[in-house]
Amino acid sequence: MSEERIQLKINGLPVEVAQGTSVAAAILNSGRTSFRQSVDEESRGPVCGMGICFECRVSVNGHPHIRACMTTCEAGMEVITFG
Amino acid sequence: MGKTAKFDVLIIGAGPAGIAAAMAASEPGKCVGLVDENSAPGGQIYRALKGQIQNSISSQIKTLDDRGVIRFDGATVYDAPRPNTLSITKGGEFQTLEYEKLILAVGARELFLPFPGWTLPNVMGVGGLQALVKAGLDVKGKRIVVAGTGPLLLAVGDFLKKYGAEVLAIAEQAPIVNLLRFSTNLLSFSSKIGQGISLIGSVGTKIRPGTWVASASGTRALNSVILSNGKTTQELECDYLACAYGFVPNLELPLLLGCAVEDGFVQVDSTQQTSVQNVYCAGEPTGIGGIDLSTLEGTIAGYFANQNDCPTLVLKARDRWKLFSKKLDATFALRTELKELASPDTVVCRCEDVRMSQLVGWESSRAAKLQTRCGMGACQGRICGPATRFLLNWEHGTVRPPLIPVPLAGLETRTSAVIEQPEN
Repeated sequence: MSEERIQLKINGLPVEVAQGTSVAAAILNSGRTSFRQSVDEESRGPVCGMGICFECRVSVNGHPHIRACMTTCEAGMEVITFG
Repeated sequence: MGKTAKFDVLIIGAGPAGIAAAMAASEPGKCVGLVDENSAPGGQIYRALKGQIQNSISSQIKTLDDRGVIRFDGATVYDAPRPNTLSITKGGEFQTLEYEKLILAVGARELFLPFPGWTLPNVMGVGGLQALVKAGLDVKGKRIVVAGTGPLLLAVGDFLKKYGAEVLAIAEQAPIVNLLRFSTNLLSFSSKIGQGISLIGSVGTKIRPGTWVASASGTRALNSVILSNGKTTQELECDYLACAYGFVPNLELPLLLGCAVEDGFVQVDSTQQTSVQNVYCAGEPTGIGGIDLSTLEGTIAGYFANQNDCPTLVLKARDRWKLFSKKLDATFALRTELKELASPDTVVCRCEDVRMSQLVGWESSRAAKLQTRCGMGACQGRICGPATRFLLNWEHGTVRPPLIPVPLAGLETRTSAVIEQPEN
């Protein structure tokens, strides 16, 4: 497995991950647990890990409602979490 | 709007059933398409590390590529705008695919049942946590409770341990008598014996039969879980809880196409054809049976969709594995205590934060949806639908396009009929 590292930003702060890491894994590895706020303003994070539950929605490069578990990290990506 | 491509056989889902179907259906002169939502083929069971193709299927994928099978990786089907036509979205683009024969190998998802605290961050599915680890989540040194039901619990417990996690407990809701009976049944399915022994050797001491998660707590994220066996409880502090109650089929696309569903599964004949002519279904949507049955059903669907006869040996093997599927169902049948876990203020519909107390008294999922927004959020009832079916005996709600949220531009396929030739 290639262990090439890439840099991206989560909430403005630089994060380095192995190539192929999903945005969801990168967020959790950075110590953050809340991905989005629910209707009643509860913190939520990934559940199904496979694109079904939509709980891991974050903003990627300015696009809202992107499923972090279905998105692979790219160099220079700007990820914003909520909550 | 994207262009239209035409296929002799189009396969939706590139897991074990879909890959087997593509292998059986592809031959020179046939135009075969293989669509999967993930960035690489393999589905959940062959999900490799960090978006790569798992070694065990790489030669099959190469064969499919050599035979000219057109893969649509990272593409999701969201509509069936006309007969023999599906709309897909991939990377923000839209495309329509036409087919003579369609094989639905759309797999299953985990069944999640609500309990107090199940919406806390770091409470996940069992396959869900495994998928995240495969996608790069570091669980080294993390304390993890695995819970729910089914053989996947052991497999994932072993997997997490290999990745350096501390597996505190594997809470299996099925009673020990069921598990022992199942172990003796395994003797007649030789390929499963070695697997079973190796898993028991790895994480056997962590298994707690007849035990389930009563609640989870934490402030900003999960901090601890309470396990119960109906008589005593125990609190365990942990970093992750992986909890799921087996699998439910992904019925959205079969229902959209009008395929008959009975007792929660797509009905098929001996050739794997559904009630809709030229639409076949293989794998978990026809009954949860695991990788062996899925592969056999995929092979059978591939042969028949390509208008070839299927070897009798394969048909017989399928019928034998169907028995294994029945034994799985009986062993891991859900106990009624699980229906009582959610308290009145427990969220059931996670997208719209609809709580248990709001759902009691409605006669159907449709009535509840209209009054409470239960099932109306981004997941379109994919999580709360199966949960309310178990908790409140509501039938599967109706399915309408688009199957996933898409921008308005994606709906142009409903009005436009531009046909172009395929690219190959």
